[in-house]
Amino acid sequence: MKNILFEIKEGLLISLKAIRANKARSVLTTLGIIIGVASVVLMSTAIKGIDQSFQEGVASLGSDNIYIDKWAWFDNDIPWWEMRNRKHLTMDEFKKYKDIAKLPIAVAPSVNSQRTVKFEERSVQFISITGTDNNYINTTNLTFDEGRFFTELESNGGRKVAVVGSEIAKKLFPHGGAMNQFIKISGKKFKVVGVLEEQGSWIMGNWNPDNQVYVPIQNIFKYFVSRHSNSITINVRANGSQNVDATKEEAIGIMRRVRGLKYDEKNDFSINQQEGLLSNINETVSVIQIAGFLITGLALFVGAIGIMNIMFVSVKERTREIGIRKAIGATKRTILGQFISEAAIICLIGGMIGLGIAIIGSMAMAQFDFPVTVDADAVVLAFSISLITGVLSGLAPAYTASKLDPVDALRYE
Amino acid sequence: MNIINIEHIAKIYQVGSEEVHALADVSLTIDKNEYVAIMGPSGSGKSTLMNILGCLDTPSKGLYDFSGENVSMMDDNELASIRNRQIGFVFQTFNLLARSDALHNVELPLIYAGVSGSERRERAESALEKVGLADRMTHKPNELSGGQRQRVAVARALVTNPSIILADEPTGNLDTKTGEDIMQLFHEIHEAGNTIILVTHEEYIAEHAARIIRLRDGLIEKDELVEKRFIPKNTGAK
Repeated sequence: MKNILFEIKEGLLISLKAIRANKARSVLTTLGIIIGVASVVLMSTAIKGIDQSFQEGVASLGSDNIYIDKWAWFDNDIPWWEMRNRKHLTMDEFKKYKDIAKLPIAVAPSVNSQRTVKFEERSVQFISITGTDNNYINTTNLTFDEGRFFTELESNGGRKVAVVGSEIAKKLFPHGGAMNQFIKISGKKFKVVGVLEEQGSWIMGNWNPDNQVYVPIQNIFKYFVSRHSNSITINVRANGSQNVDATKEEAIGIMRRVRGLKYDEKNDFSINQQEGLLSNINETVSVIQIAGFLITGLALFVGAIGIMNIMFVSVKERTREIGIRKAIGATKRTILGQFISEAAIICLIGGMIGLGIAIIGSMAMAQFDFPVTVDADAVVLAFSISLITGVLSGLAPAYTASKLDPVDALRYE
Repeated sequence: MNIINIEHIAKIYQVGSEEVHALADVSLTIDKNEYVAIMGPSGSGKSTLMNILGCLDTPSKGLYDFSGENVSMMDDNELASIRNRQIGFVFQTFNLLARSDALHNVELPLIYAGVSGSERRERAESALEKVGLADRMTHKPNELSGGQRQRVAVARALVTNPSIILADEPTGNLDTKTGEDIMQLFHEIHEAGNTIILVTHEEYIAEHAARIIRLRDGLIEKDELVEKRFIPKNTGAK
């Protein structure tokens, strides 16, 4: 045992010397591994970040919610043209549903429109403006930084008040003080009555409450979109997750009645759930994962081939050295160890540099609100893949070296 | 006491469909503290015999007994170990590691023998002192003259206290004067009680030994003691 440790130590020293002797070549060779490891680490942390944001974003929707909509959000079984031909969901239908439904604890209509939002010189474009009523807040888990959601009075009266997401507040009011200011949504003035706390579900895109503005629904129809050309969504919160299924069944029953569907007619609306989103997201994430690892794995593979190639060259070049070492007593195992550790060290050094680049890269990405952090797992990952790559790519050249016949190797010019 | 005892060894190479008998049938014994020269023209089997004696290669047939160990049956690792412990090599082309300094070159066999750092250093330093290179320890081979390089190689051969020193044309790449210095060094090493086997094709070098084994066509042509042995005078040169 002591002897093996000793051999490893000597092997490492010899390898370091060889690497130092071929600096330029070692650096070039390492480049492949640097790129490979950096991309693997970045990719894995990015995927982790994406997944986490997805999960958080979905959780922010609330697991007790169902959404009655013209469109099925995630169900690919219904052909899109069939959904397109469905009737719009109207405010009347919403009211009827609300009157009949017993199970939900909160119900609210919503409709979206993409608008530019301005405050003085600052503006943000393509912001999803959600028109809804005062009950909407009870169908969500949204929390406030300042202020409140609009009241029943404001909602019913179609007052020009707005609740803004944290991201929008930050952009329009970088120094704070959004409350009670008048923002312009496509030129119409709205008074800010509430600023949401950061929800952090950036990955949800338009769904992200941080990037939304909420106004009473009448305003949407009055200023932005026609009541007739837009379908609304009915946001329904069940009384706890155990009641979600019952609430869903009830909603289907009521909606069929409201729509006057016969028993043999299909539903001309869809009930959407967070679950659908979740499974959709998980599917997406795993596709990203597979694709990501295939691509980065390829980069790593190319790097490994580079190492293997240079190690073969090294063995060839140092045939005589190997002969000398064998003549004076190096065993096969010693030579094998020497060349494997040389490859492993090159890869480890490359891996550490790659990790450094990945850390810098993730910091840069974090500047763009992309949630990546290189954690301990990533360090372990970088270490282990570079070590494994090194050992694997060094294996064949080292074996070739160890098998050299000392007589032939000594004679090699 | 016998160190080397070989009986009817042969080495046969397969070249295409033809069998080449590099060594046909060779038997010899070498005692402790002998100074033997092996001579012969090229193609005589001289190199093959040296490779077998040096445990770099094994015979196709016959028995090779190295101080009680049966070398002819050994595998690669056992051969490596016996080379490491029992044999010190000195080559015509020195065969030093170019990137390592003299001290590290001499330490190398001790590394493979598993000798720890401080002891290794001490032994390597004393071996270099013995060959007169105390002031050249940190020099790399390309910073040394041919004669000095060969001295480093001799120090490397001596450092493990091997049973035999096997020198293959040790003066072949040196000028006459430097060669003579190296032969002087071998003489001293022999006087100190070491066993030396010298492979050469130069009569004049061979006559430094006490016994000459002449090979021809894979057979021992003559095995004789040197009548008028050439004993180098100590010139005081380093």
